[in-house]
Amino acid sequence: MNGGSIIEVSDLTKRYAGHTAVSNLAFTVGRGEIVGLLGPNGAGKSTTMRMLSGFMPATSGTVRVAGFDVFAEADEVRRRIGYMPENNPLYLEMRVREYLRFRARLKGLGRAQTRSRVDVVLAQCGLTDVSKKIIGHLSKGYRQRVGLADALVHEPELVILDEPTIGLDPVQIRAVRQLIREVGRSHTVLMSTHILPEVEMTCSRVMIMLGGKILAEGAPDTLQQVMSNGSPVIAEIAAPAADLQSCWATVAEVEYFDIAAGADGFHRCTLTPRGGVDLRERVFAVAHERGWALRELTRNRHTLEDIYMQVTRANEEEES
Amino acid sequence: MPVYLTLTRRELAAYFVSLTGYVIIAVATFLVGLSFALLLTKLHDAATPLPVTELFFQTPFFWLILLVATPVITMRLFAQEKFSGTYETLMTAPVGDGQVVLAKFTAAWLFYLLMWLPLLATFLLLRRYSSDPAALDAGTIGGTFLGIGLIGAAFMAVGLFASALSRSQIVAAMICLAGVVSLFLLSFMGDRVNLNSGWHATLFAYVDMPDHMGDFARGLVDTRAVAYYLSLTILFLFLTLRVVESRRWK
Repeated sequence: MNGGSIIEVSDLTKRYAGHTAVSNLAFTVGRGEIVGLLGPNGAGKSTTMRMLSGFMPATSGTVRVAGFDVFAEADEVRRRIGYMPENNPLYLEMRVREYLRFRARLKGLGRAQTRSRVDVVLAQCGLTDVSKKIIGHLSKGYRQRVGLADALVHEPELVILDEPTIGLDPVQIRAVRQLIREVGRSHTVLMSTHILPEVEMTCSRVMIMLGGKILAEGAPDTLQQVMSNGSPVIAEIAAPAADLQSCWATVAEVEYFDIAAGADGFHRCTLTPRGGVDLRERVFAVAHERGWALRELTRNRHTLEDIYMQVTRANEEEES
Repeated sequence: MPVYLTLTRRELAAYFVSLTGYVIIAVATFLVGLSFALLLTKLHDAATPLPVTELFFQTPFFWLILLVATPVITMRLFAQEKFSGTYETLMTAPVGDGQVVLAKFTAAWLFYLLMWLPLLATFLLLRRYSSDPAALDAGTIGGTFLGIGLIGAAFMAVGLFASALSRSQIVAAMICLAGVVSLFLLSFMGDRVNLNSGWHATLFAYVDMPDHMGDFARGLVDTRAVAYYLSLTILFLFLTLRVVESRRWK
């Protein structure tokens, strides 16, 4: 895998009659990344993926995959993408091996290559035991694996998965996630989901999408750190409430504070910093200086779920 | 080319992994058998100077089978894929739109020809047991199947087009039925409006399907009829291709 980006999206817009599904989207995905596209239903994730896969044209803007334009050089792009659409459509009347063989031939693999690749993906996706079964008779978890096997059969550089774990039971979800992680070791993966733990567990980078725009982006950890800046610090300090009050009022970095009485003489202070600074060291210094006992000092750390809620709520308020 | 063959094979196989293929063939065979029985009764009552193949086209069975089987054969081609979503996996594979259209058409047409094989059996049966071998010769049988193939190609193309228009197989079947019945009824326009001369009459003679079939059954290959069915086929295949391509303009 050489470096550089495999997906370059610039200024991508998709307008349907009456509404804009995706507007001025721009992002890049580097080789070897596992990127999660996170957003509520109707955020434009599927539309974006359909445009990336070349199924649907953009109203304006360009998408390049491995340097090829998705629209003008569709065949080059399609050969490099393994795409599993939403709801994982399959020919239910076909047998697993027969289907994968058909798909491999369709994607231009030769006879010998088809045979060996189908065996490889059957083993990789844990389908060897059911290879002779009719797809329609398989459980949803197995069907999802067939979809994944199809996406992988021609050794694509990029795998695009639209809601790969939707409608599965927890055990199946774990199995499919595990599979995606394994696939991510050797492929670039772009997957969409509206399930938060999924991206936290599988993705190296997250893009939060709403109303056809990317609202926040970054590694799950960085995103958490960035969003945690400016979040309140909680300190439990043994001191009279009046002293605490006068003390925080003089600290310039504290924008506002809240003091609640706790058990055995401790007070629980919630301090909101000014300008997104980290207050923890300062609080410790103050407590040390004055000889107050300090038994808890934490900063609210946002989970991805908080960030998601925060970002989407902020956007809704902006619109209303 | 390998992609086209792979697609055609899957499309053709799809008729036989579900019940539809067998049901269509069974019904067609039953109706062919019925018309054969009717034919035998007719021949038993009185001798006729017409070739047996032509007699077959004078029964309504041929047209009944043709008009009913066409929508049933073609309705699933695109509509089912659009409905189940496999259209998306198909069209995001490195295949050309033209290959998809052509492969689906080929599969439908081959299945249609397969459906008519029992007719060949009745002809051979008749030839084996009739006293006059001239009643059925290679020419008339060949002409008959050429006609069946040509009219079938045109009708399959109409059906393919109808299927590409809709996500619903029922809607596709109805559009197709309306299309093929209209084409068929054009045959009688000339008689209906009492045109015996003039360019109108000539025009309607060109589109008279029973007349064409009668010619083919006599072993007479009229290039005008051949041209008519080939143009219809090409026209509707072209229209289908445009419909398939249209998702790129939306």
